[in-house]
Amino acid sequence: MARVVVDVMLKPEILDPQGQAVQRALPRLGFEGIGDVRQGKRFELDVEGPVDDAALARIRTVAETFLANTVIEDFTVHVEDRAGS
Amino acid sequence: MTVRIGVVTFPGTLDDRDTQRAVRLAGAEAVPLWHRDKDLKQVDAVVLPGGFSYGDYLRAGAISRFSPVMETVIGQARDGLPVLGICNGFQVLTETHLLPGAMLRNESLHFVCRDQRLRVENAGTAWTTDYTGGQEIRVPLKNIDGRYVADERTLDELEAEGRVAFRYLGGNPNGSLRDIAGLTNEAGNVVGLMPHPEHAVEPLIGTGRTDGLGFFTSILKRLVNA
Repeated sequence: MARVVVDVMLKPEILDPQGQAVQRALPRLGFEGIGDVRQGKRFELDVEGPVDDAALARIRTVAETFLANTVIEDFTVHVEDRAGS
Repeated sequence: MTVRIGVVTFPGTLDDRDTQRAVRLAGAEAVPLWHRDKDLKQVDAVVLPGGFSYGDYLRAGAISRFSPVMETVIGQARDGLPVLGICNGFQVLTETHLLPGAMLRNESLHFVCRDQRLRVENAGTAWTTDYTGGQEIRVPLKNIDGRYVADERTLDELEAEGRVAFRYLGGNPNGSLRDIAGLTNEAGNVVGLMPHPEHAVEPLIGTGRTDGLGFFTSILKRLVNA
């Protein structure tokens, strides 16, 4: 079964206080030099049948109408390379 | 004539009973509506109450939007059915795009629960005619995903068209842009707000005031006079 990954991120102009909280915690953990953190969501979709252009188009529709709220979020869709499996 | 106001219950809704009670106190009949039911039972208006519908999984209101009851509500709201979304109901209304913008996690990242002062900015909607423009009211507020955001152009449009219905006073509890607590659509039949008028309808409980009752008496008068 092929896996398609949808990554959803807040748009750059949208304030991300969760990412900021993570960024502020890093020095306390001894990690220096990380200027900014943005937190997003990753969806892994196991697709039945071939992942052709039609399937990808359907998944883009799912991402655009449901997985992401495009008022505040951007998304990308890619097929996960599982070479060797 | 008996005015029938539907109150939707999704899995995870919390405030449906309080909302039904507020509807009855205002003098209307409260009609429970179930999320899996497309039929609105011929109600004259619909309230989407607060809570955590579908666990707020994905985003607050995101899954409710695709429930059978919302299919009908969205269609009829576009044709003028009065709809009030409170808290999670407001989140559902932004997810359906009946109201613009979106709701995000509070800027403080904390759940906020307090009595909140609001200014009524638009007393001309179906749900606000028993208030006066500029009136100050106090109702409970309780949320973690209450930060209203929209792009600058949308915000300017909302301001210019008088569609900011309520604004926070005495401190912005969640980081909402331009202190926006509630919105109306262009036609004035769809209103959403984060604070909870249904918890402020009897002197005995909540804020000790009845500042929230006006939502329910406004719609009642509107429908009786229709």
